[in-house]
Amino acid sequence: MISVTEEEVAIDPADYAQAKINKSLSSKDKIGLLREMLRIRRFEQVSLKFYNQGVMGGFLHLYIGQEAVAVGTISLMGDNDHIITAYRDHGHALAVGMSMNECMAELLGKATGCSRGKGGSMHYFAPDKNYWGGHGIVGGQTPLGLGLAYALKYKGLKGCCFCYMGDGAVNQGAYHESLNLAALWKLPVVYVIENNKYSMGTTIDRSSAMRNCLAERADGYGIVWDIANGEDLYEVRAKAHNALERAHKHSLPTVLEIDTYRYYGHSVADANAKKYRSPEEIERYKAHHDPLRLWEKRLVDEGVMTVEEIEKLDESIKDEANAAAQFALDSEFPAPETIFEDVYWEVDNNTESGSTGRHFFGD
Amino acid sequence: MPQITYRKAINDALAEEIIRDENVVIIGEEVARYNGAYKVTEGLWERFGDKRVVDAPISEAGFIGMGVGASMLGIRPVMELMFWSFAYVAWDQIINNAGQVRYMSGGLINCPIVIRGPANGGTNVGATHSHTPENFIANTPGLKVVCPATAYDAKGLMKAAIRDNDPVCVMENTLLYGETWEVPDEEYVIPLGVADIKREGTDISFIAHGRAVITALKAAEILAAEHGIQAEVLDLRSIRPLDEEAILKTVAKTHRVVLVDENKPFCGVSSQIAAMIQEQAFDDLDAPVQRVCSLDAPAIYSPALEKIQLPTPDRVVYKALQIL
Ligand SMILES: Cc1ncc(C[n+]2csc(CCOP(=O)(O)OP(=O)(O)O)c2C)c(N)n1
Ligand SMILES: [Mg+2]
Repeated sequence: MISVTEEEVAIDPADYAQAKINKSLSSKDKIGLLREMLRIRRFEQVSLKFYNQGVMGGFLHLYIGQEAVAVGTISLMGDNDHIITAYRDHGHALAVGMSMNECMAELLGKATGCSRGKGGSMHYFAPDKNYWGGHGIVGGQTPLGLGLAYALKYKGLKGCCFCYMGDGAVNQGAYHESLNLAALWKLPVVYVIENNKYSMGTTIDRSSAMRNCLAERADGYGIVWDIANGEDLYEVRAKAHNALERAHKHSLPTVLEIDTYRYYGHSVADANAKKYRSPEEIERYKAHHDPLRLWEKRLVDEGVMTVEEIEKLDESIKDEANAAAQFALDSEFPAPETIFEDVYWEVDNNTESGSTGRHFFGD
Repeated sequence: MPQITYRKAINDALAEEIIRDENVVIIGEEVARYNGAYKVTEGLWERFGDKRVVDAPISEAGFIGMGVGASMLGIRPVMELMFWSFAYVAWDQIINNAGQVRYMSGGLINCPIVIRGPANGGTNVGATHSHTPENFIANTPGLKVVCPATAYDAKGLMKAAIRDNDPVCVMENTLLYGETWEVPDEEYVIPLGVADIKREGTDISFIAHGRAVITALKAAEILAAEHGIQAEVLDLRSIRPLDEEAILKTVAKTHRVVLVDENKPFCGVSSQIAAMIQEQAFDDLDAPVQRVCSLDAPAIYSPALEKIQLPTPDRVVYKALQIL
């Protein structure tokens, strides 16, 4: 299992850059990947400010530190590829191309939010971008991801579903049932375990029985599995591409465990954020394993971008995030009558079925 | 009398029962080393160690079901759900196993498990995290459910729940954890199935459970101050078993009733109370029974609307004035 201990894991820059899927990247593509990672980081830094100022409440689970996982995997998606994830969902949302405006407004519960202020931070959705949420119940999305894969196969489409989950979510029964079904019915799903080492304050060794790694459990179902280093965008892409091909070509599932790290607490409200790991550990990841800084360095080394160009790009993305913050602040809260909208399709669409019998009850 | 928080009251109840009965064990996510997501089990792991306070992986179906099984052999597990909203993952274990095993074994097996945790909306976390399933539990003969509204009640009911030989679901409230009430140092237990008058009144009765009791009390203050009306507030405390006698008594006293309930209106706890009042106290009523429930839609995230989705004192006052 890839994990960072006292000895830093050195990246051999040659390795995964040579994979076919990476060699085909143009300079523009590579800059695009950086842009997506920067968008996630800058967006979340602004949202954190909102949270600390009391402009938003509830839960805010930050993805910062894990950006290469969402960006690397999602960069492989074609028209018939879909994704679904848990509540740490901002990164995936931005990476599929959702706007910062709709995402920021959703955090504040505004009518202009992606879910019209109904879902909040944990419940982003954009089916038009093949992004099926944003799910608050740990493991709850794992059968849904299977279902997206089932629907693709049923319709005869060559596609797959990346279903993301945490290292804690692997212990939900629904996931194990899903693995069995995925193997039994040969469904094109890729379970991406974003192993950030902790489920809230619980380390993996205190939550999971396993031989070597979490993905290896797939052996029991005869599912191919792999592990990837999530600080290296090339590696994430190369390994996720193998899984994608397995799904596209053979309609077979994969479990891909991606080693990664979150810099902030479980959520911003995590009272134990400083107890279960040391500040040194966090600093070590930030200093040596930051997926963004490593990608920037690579782009400079490869001559794709200069440091100045990166700074300029970063500035423009900070502007985008600040503009989104202003947009969210300026937006209106949803009108009270919208509480009863979006509950039933038939009612919203004023159909006969929606008008027969009573659907809503007063007190 | 010392003032302690609702959270501390539950913590004390757990500690006292751990000491009293060697079979009491606390199990749940993050409950041991990190004191529980809402700090209800703070310090218990340090005091009582690994055997009595156990951190579980995120496997609610597994560990709740395990608790049901262990209780059949005489263990008294107190299982924490980080939110009752996560109970649905373990629903089969709660409803089919905890709820039915005694009946289906013809009384051969009993199941003294406690399942506890917060069950409330109003915290800006969206529909998946804002459920109030006391009506579902109460709809299942074999299960018991209590919803304490104060620190005093939380402690006394928790101790009764742990000593009870049937499965008891204790539904707490994250918005109450930090609130303080007077709680005596001396030991006490509040029997399940005994309601409590939280405010005496003569003109109208508000019947509520959980945090809705606090809402009803606020409404009663407004009615007294602005309209000279004295509302009685009856706190059910326990939903099943239900103190029907106390309900009938307050209805006979005031002849007017508003039920305040954070459940949704359809088949909420208040539906049962309303049905029961019209069946058993029809002649005592001077007006139709009124209800103030959560607005009938999934819990909305938007903080602006979430505030009006749950019962508010103003809505209670409005409903009361309609029948006075
Ligand atoms: C069924 C269920 N149980 C518990 C929770 C509370 N909870 C939310 S996130 C979390 C930890 C999950 O950790 P992991 O799967 O590693 O994902 P990460 O937060 O690290 O991204 C827990 C216990 C929940 N939302 N749903
Ligand atoms: Mg994790």
